Amino acid sequence: MNPRLELRDISKRYPGVVANDQVSLSVMPGEIHAVLGENGAGKSTLMKIIYGAIGADEGEMVFDGTPIAAHGPAVSRALGIEMVYQHFALFESVSVVENIALCVSGPFDLAGLSVQVRDVSEKYGLPIDPHRLVHDLSVGERQRVEIVRCLLQDPKLLILDEPTSVLTPQAVAKLFETLRQLASEGCSLLYISHKLDEVQALCDTATVLRNGRVTGTAEPKKSTPTKLARMMVGADLPETHHGKAITSGKPKLSVKGLMTSADDQFGIGLKNISFDVFGGEIVGIAGVSGNGQAELVSCLSGETPTKTAHVITLDGADVGQMDAGHRRRLGLAFVPEERLGRGAVPPHHLSDNAMLTGHRLGMVKNGMINRGAANAYASDIMQKYNVKANGHEAVASSLSGGNLQKFIVGREIELAPHVLIVSQPTWGVDVGAAAFVRQALIDLSRSGAAVLVVSEELDELFEICDRLLVICQGEISPSVDRADTDVEEIGLLMTGLNTPSSVAPSGGISR
Amino acid sequence: MDLFTAIFTGTIIAATPLIFAALGELVVEKSGVLNLGIEGMMLVGAAVGVWVSYVGLPLPLAILCAAVAGALASLVFGVLALTFLTNQYAAGLALAIFGTGVSAYIGKGFGSTPIDALKPLVIPFLTDIPVLGPLLFNYDPLVYLSFILFGLISWFLYKTKAGLIVRTIGESPDAAHAIGYPVIKIRYLVVLFGGAMAGLGGAYLSIAYTPLWVENMTAGKGWISLALVVFAAWRPARVLFGAWLFGGMTILQLQGQALGLALPSEVLSSLPYIATIVVLVIISRNRQFLALNFPTSLAKPFRPAR
Amino acid sequence: MSLQIERRAEPSSLMRVAAPLIATLLTLVVSSIMFALIGHNPLDTLFAFFVAPLLSMNGLSEWLLKASPLILIACGLAIGFRANVWNIGAEGQLVVGAIAASGVGLFYPDPESPLLLPLMFLAGMAGGMAWAAVPAFLRARMNTNEILVTLMMTYIATLLLSLLVHGPWRDPDGFNYPQTALLPNAAMFSYFDATYRLNTSIFITVIAVVAMWFFTERSFFGYKMSVGGAAPLAARYAGFKESGSVWLGLLISGGVAGIAGMAEASGPLGQLSAQISPGYGFAAIIVAFIGRLNAFGIVLGGLLLSLLYLGGEAVQLSMGLPSAVTSIFQGMLLFFLLASDFLIFYRIGRPVAAQGGT
Repeated sequence: MNPRLELRDISKRYPGVVANDQVSLSVMPGEIHAVLGENGAGKSTLMKIIYGAIGADEGEMVFDGTPIAAHGPAVSRALGIEMVYQHFALFESVSVVENIALCVSGPFDLAGLSVQVRDVSEKYGLPIDPHRLVHDLSVGERQRVEIVRCLLQDPKLLILDEPTSVLTPQAVAKLFETLRQLASEGCSLLYISHKLDEVQALCDTATVLRNGRVTGTAEPKKSTPTKLARMMVGADLPETHHGKAITSGKPKLSVKGLMTSADDQFGIGLKNISFDVFGGEIVGIAGVSGNGQAELVSCLSGETPTKTAHVITLDGADVGQMDAGHRRRLGLAFVPEERLGRGAVPPHHLSDNAMLTGHRLGMVKNGMINRGAANAYASDIMQKYNVKANGHEAVASSLSGGNLQKFIVGREIELAPHVLIVSQPTWGVDVGAAAFVRQALIDLSRSGAAVLVVSEELDELFEICDRLLVICQGEISPSVDRADTDVEEIGLLMTGLNTPSSVAPSGGISR
Repeated sequence: MDLFTAIFTGTIIAATPLIFAALGELVVEKSGVLNLGIEGMMLVGAAVGVWVSYVGLPLPLAILCAAVAGALASLVFGVLALTFLTNQYAAGLALAIFGTGVSAYIGKGFGSTPIDALKPLVIPFLTDIPVLGPLLFNYDPLVYLSFILFGLISWFLYKTKAGLIVRTIGESPDAAHAIGYPVIKIRYLVVLFGGAMAGLGGAYLSIAYTPLWVENMTAGKGWISLALVVFAAWRPARVLFGAWLFGGMTILQLQGQALGLALPSEVLSSLPYIATIVVLVIISRNRQFLALNFPTSLAKPFRPAR
Repeated sequence: MSLQIERRAEPSSLMRVAAPLIATLLTLVVSSIMFALIGHNPLDTLFAFFVAPLLSMNGLSEWLLKASPLILIACGLAIGFRANVWNIGAEGQLVVGAIAASGVGLFYPDPESPLLLPLMFLAGMAGGMAWAAVPAFLRARMNTNEILVTLMMTYIATLLLSLLVHGPWRDPDGFNYPQTALLPNAAMFSYFDATYRLNTSIFITVIAVVAMWFFTERSFFGYKMSVGGAAPLAARYAGFKESGSVWLGLLISGGVAGIAGMAEASGPLGQLSAQISPGYGFAAIIVAFIGRLNAFGIVLGGLLLSLLYLGGEAVQLSMGLPSAVTSIFQGMLLFFLLASDFLIFYRIGRPVAAQGGT
């Protein structure tokens, strides 16, 4: 039997980076094949090459025994290759069926297509209403749209790029059922992930990538997480070290009855949110993305001041109506999830970016800038936080995700904040930098600051947090101590199915 | 012709160049591209239209040439904004300035020489209906064309796959690229279309409305068209209403004496501009309404990943 | 392998300097072709356009006289443009500045007062600022697009000027020309040499250039505005208020445009007339972009555009070329300059083979 897909020596270079270096792999019909690797290993690039969204510099691709020359997504779809993007390729302003119509050839018949969509979504247990607008859908529902869009084409090869990052643990199990059903029907699957447990649960074979190269192949079900991790990272996974949390008597950050209306077209309203963060501890907010995290963080940072002052207090002061600059003067610091364009100004030098929030530390006198002080601050951060860049004159957009994140985290921590809010601390960051950032957050909290971490990565929250909250549909759960809970329970809270009462007896409720 | 008929038909006619230009720009903006250079493209269309008829070629050909000239002028913007990823504001301004110069250059030989204007179309029977005939069926062909194009554009944008593609590219060029649509190519086509529409609008001014070429004869109509697109919140039907509103302002100025308005002509002439500001303010306050149809990627440079 | 376009990791500093030169060269080449096509010897025409006007003292005086308002206005505009505040209506602010200043000059009770010129300066600045304050208020408070409002305000300003010089302010002894009486002597800037029109108002421009450099490169407010321009979300993240940038960007640019209008009335024109400005307000937008929104770049850009104006007039007289050639030149130069910016951020060539590893 011919392999469904065979890649031979695929290479792809970008200025200064080799994304893929002579990558070869082979997938049989009906096989679920994992492509494992940490952030930046070149997995997504490889998948986009297969799908034809970008072109390879060198190498060969053979599909069902036929060599495929340079091709675009349209050719791929004609061959039966479909792809579910990590950041979905969906359009929010139009309906589900219109989104799907964009990927289907033939006459533009929305009514007929709606019927097909219903059929397929029922067959695979992926219920969606074809006429809803995508912006009304939850992230999980959006993923279903993407998968149904692919399944409508009777794919021979389905590529899924980190499909579980937007799902609760329970939804992941459901997705795996669907995928196994597909494979049993003869469809090959390429499953991109950096999560070892998932790959072990689902995949028959795995190709491991590191720095764009294949570092090995494995049968995950017969391998151990340690072995796979070593292939992936090239060393043992770094660990973080915790000291004991000694919390302050009074909360440093306190939220009481925070409500917002979802008047923004693409937003979600916050419903009566209350919680405290004490000095000396790290509190994590878990949740599937799009459940109000962005709105909450924006209210806390001061980018969106609230209507009343007393709903947010910082060291006892009512700050709800203050803008971000005011709150920073009172000791708040914040690392946003968007690094370029929010946490840093892309075309500006690092020293200018150091000044963005660091200007309070004596960089401005009588309205004039002290360049020397800004340069020194930037250089200091780069040294302490191990930021690899071309000096403080490097522009922010030239840094890798991990290095820029270390720079921004460093800049905020060096402000010696009383309260630090961090959103998605390690998104798209390589393992080494991620461990560094996590350790820096732990160290800051142990020095007495209150740290609030908002993340969609449950593993990460379990690794660094002392207490956990879950946000779902704009509502926040009571807090639970990390030691008293597990992924299963938090996962249930993330779906919003669980009532707080079933958690309460565990004794970890907010003090 | 009574005063009401004069004001009504005058409004429709004065609105026509705005409808052409604004509908073209609406499609362009729907695809996520902001071309501020309408004024330049209209002027080029106006000058070329007069030029072609001045050398003795038939009017339909002159109108066609004006549309082609508008499209060619839009390439100045297209190349800068789409290929060279220039700031779209700057590229549009460059086109506005460039078009003003080029049109003045083209029009230097026949400035202020009147040409044969486009005549109202006499539709047998319909034009002769009392009251309604003069009101509705006594216009030149371009007025009817503007209505036909309005219908076509509304149908195209909301009922065809190609229109869906244009709208979705305006929302997220990255996603459109990811599923295999040639974003840059489609945007070029749309920009060319917008240029042709602006050229038509310009030609209407110089061939039907004023029938002669005067430097800078658009007098801000290109900019008003831009305002109309915002006013319309990117919806074609509202472009019509907006254009009639501004057409009405223009006619008020022309009919000011007849209506007994004893104001200096400058005050009346400033009415359309003041009205534009007022309308913009009213519309802009309602952010939610604007966000509803707003092309999210508007004026953001896009380069496909390779 | 064919040529490829790749984004540079860092903007090229070589290209920052080379790009404008490449653009100028391309403009010269294309315009030479254009001249040849319409039957003029390109070299002669370029000489008549760019060199001949500078060969006389009068030419030099006119060169600086025209460059001065362009540079002055462009400095103000660039401050706004850096913060994504798009004042396209400097022409209108210039007109209103000239109106306000001339009003003071014509109707101040003591026409010989040494205070007259300073008062006119303040009036011009206030007039320009007032005209720009409308779009500033509407953008900052009402979320209204300032591009359209500043432009509409320009049309209104021109009509206001027309109303005044055709009506109440028209010089009764002026043979019905649309212009006011001449301004008194005390209302005029003094000339360096009575033979030439260049006057001391050029010092205002010199001061403005230095002030702009200081503001954009050294002041914290200038830094905050540049953050707002390059990444509005980052400005909000840091707590820099957008409305501050909007107000300052529009008031500064409106104020200097008003001063430029005052300097026209109190300088080369000596009165208010329907044609107070040959489009300085619009040309200054080009100057700001040619100068890359940078003080010294703007000086070069202003000198270049001023030369285009002079050259345009010169070839009109000496070779019979139409005046529109000037604006075509302007447009072409702007086109190539904007396009050449691409080279700063992207490289065109064969793909580099990078060394392994990320």
